[in-house]
Amino acid sequence: MNAVKPGYVRPLDLKQGRVDLSHGSGGRAMLQLIEQMFAAAFVNDSNDFLAQGNDGAVLPAVSGRLVMATDAHVVSPLFFPGGDIGCLSVHGTLNDVAVMGARPLWLAASFILEEGFPLADLQRIVDSMAAASLAAGVPIVTGDTKVVEQGKADGVFITTTGVGAMRPGVELGGARARPGDVILVSGSIGDHGMAIMSKRENLEFSAPIVSDTAALHGLIATLLDALPAESLYALRVLRDPTRGGLATTLNEIARQSGVGMLLDETAIPVHVAVAAACELLGLDPLYVANEGKLVAICAPEAAAVLLAALRAHPLGAEAAIIGQVQSDAQHFVQMQTRLGGRRMVDWLTGEQLPRIC
Amino acid sequence: MKYIDEFRDGGLARGLAAAIARAAAVMPDREYRLMEFCGGHTHAISRYGLADLLPANVRMIHGPGCPVCVLPIGRVDQAIRLAMEHGVILCTYADTLRVPASDHLSLLKAKARGADIRMVYSTADALKIARDNPGREVVFFAIGFETTTPPTAVAVKLAETEGLKNFSVLCNHVLTPAAMHAILAVEGGVALDGFVGPAHVSTVIGSAPYEVFAGDYGKPVVIAGFEPLDVLQAILMLVRQINEGRACVENEFTRAVTRDGNRKAQALVAEIFELRESFEWRGLGTVPESALRLSPRYAACDAEQKFAVGYVAVPDNKACECAAILRGQKRPQECKIFGTVCTPENPVGSCMVSSEGACAAHYTYGRFREAA
Repeated sequence: MNAVKPGYVRPLDLKQGRVDLSHGSGGRAMLQLIEQMFAAAFVNDSNDFLAQGNDGAVLPAVSGRLVMATDAHVVSPLFFPGGDIGCLSVHGTLNDVAVMGARPLWLAASFILEEGFPLADLQRIVDSMAAASLAAGVPIVTGDTKVVEQGKADGVFITTTGVGAMRPGVELGGARARPGDVILVSGSIGDHGMAIMSKRENLEFSAPIVSDTAALHGLIATLLDALPAESLYALRVLRDPTRGGLATTLNEIARQSGVGMLLDETAIPVHVAVAAACELLGLDPLYVANEGKLVAICAPEAAAVLLAALRAHPLGAEAAIIGQVQSDAQHFVQMQTRLGGRRMVDWLTGEQLPRIC
Repeated sequence: MKYIDEFRDGGLARGLAAAIARAAAVMPDREYRLMEFCGGHTHAISRYGLADLLPANVRMIHGPGCPVCVLPIGRVDQAIRLAMEHGVILCTYADTLRVPASDHLSLLKAKARGADIRMVYSTADALKIARDNPGREVVFFAIGFETTTPPTAVAVKLAETEGLKNFSVLCNHVLTPAAMHAILAVEGGVALDGFVGPAHVSTVIGSAPYEVFAGDYGKPVVIAGFEPLDVLQAILMLVRQINEGRACVENEFTRAVTRDGNRKAQALVAEIFELRESFEWRGLGTVPESALRLSPRYAACDAEQKFAVGYVAVPDNKACECAAILRGQKRPQECKIFGTVCTPENPVGSCMVSSEGACAAHYTYGRFREAA
């Protein structure tokens, strides 16, 4: 890359310019986009992998087991209260790595850009990714860019892949919940989905709802630190309830573990604005997406310690114990309603909200 | 949430439940068979687990007041033909998207095959789409009871005022009292002791139209809101009427319903629409004077006339018990294909589609009771 003579074309027009097919063609225009936008944003003192301009990043050896996760992001609108597709694409994959009990180390990012997409918007997105990656301490070490014709994509799609190192002694997984275990959630549910909804073109209501998009590995590290090594087994499952919301995540775990669950409706934290917006639209916050929340399932003896640890972290201030795992051959997630009756919290049918992450 | 939480108070619910239990204990050997007409109530009863709060001899029977559930297959077929054969932009409320139609289609599947079908939240959205696409025909798939009729009327009126010639309506608006008549008229039909009447419908038509059911049929009616405490209060009022041998129309939803209803809305609806001689309902069959179409003055806005998509009746799947369920004669779990062949993911009958449908509500919220 360094061999290419600098100044061979005018710099990218970040005010008026738009993505065109040449930006994905492999020619000089693509090189310019990579250098002046992606590398300029992502390369820093702790990340010179991209600057090397190779097809892949050669990473240092890591001891122990690795975790790898990938996530495609197609959110619409691209910019929403509390975030944008850029930071979302960083947080989404980091969180998938972190909930396995790993410390995220590196990210890869691949972009599908639609011809005609404003470079100014792309710059905002890339800057947001860079800021999120820097704040998380997880560099974007390799990437790819493709451009498709107008109408073949919706502005920008971003796929990120993350690699992390497992913390020794941690064994987490959706199949590990046992009857008697306690279910915790790190804070209010439904914020992300309703923030997106509030900006939907055909739903122009305004509500002070902000997406909760956040990197959870710090919170998760706090949680794991709270347990002595010999008690780590007490933490069974961590998961971030994104698409399909809390209800879907709990149903997944119930099925994987072959158990049932009983939730207490009054214990589940929901912000008033989210509850009101859901009420207005006939949605159930249990099924609305989150991008910065954690569900933890643990043995009962660890619940108090873990709840305290969550609450001590800024991302877990509203954490709560919301229910219990129980034995159930049908693997039903049930809920004691605030009225005192009981209902199922079933799998989501169809889609509640389109393209939220 | 102010004005909502008050109506979902667990303590008050327990108090009402105890009062219902006391009232129903007056005649412990009889069953109180109450029909909640409206799917909104069916949903509230299931979602809040209200069945757990009722004594064993008070039984709620789900009624046909679910707009999606009573829509016959042929009506969805018409909408699909408009989108696929006539190339219109078909605007629809989300509930109808998954209703099974002929040829293994639904609006959602037609959309996947390239039909331009758009989900809207209000008729205003549909009008906006018509304004934004002057070169395209835009049809609003109008369904629902008296609650959703005035918004459709407003859209037709606005389209006329604005000279929006590319906007029309596929009108399937139906009438609550006609359906209640049909249920009570079924020979050997369901034994009912009273109705929980629909709140939102009644904000438009008032409480007066139900007086005939109390008077002529001797069935108490209590118009109730959709919050769980509203429903419990209405059940208590019905049980008390039955105990006292009374049959009156009572209004639990005094915060919005009057005897006369919304006169302005009624006048607009009367101007824009006229009665159909008859209309086919899923479950209830062909019911006279039970639905609306656009009046001759607004014929230009009538998609059925504009595009010549005649209605062709299509029989329901033979195994599906939606018809008996909609008449209150069967419960969802009594249908052989409930939860096996017919699920919310792959609905065979319409009652499994809408969240207000009796089958979907029971499947989604209540089926653990069968498993236990």
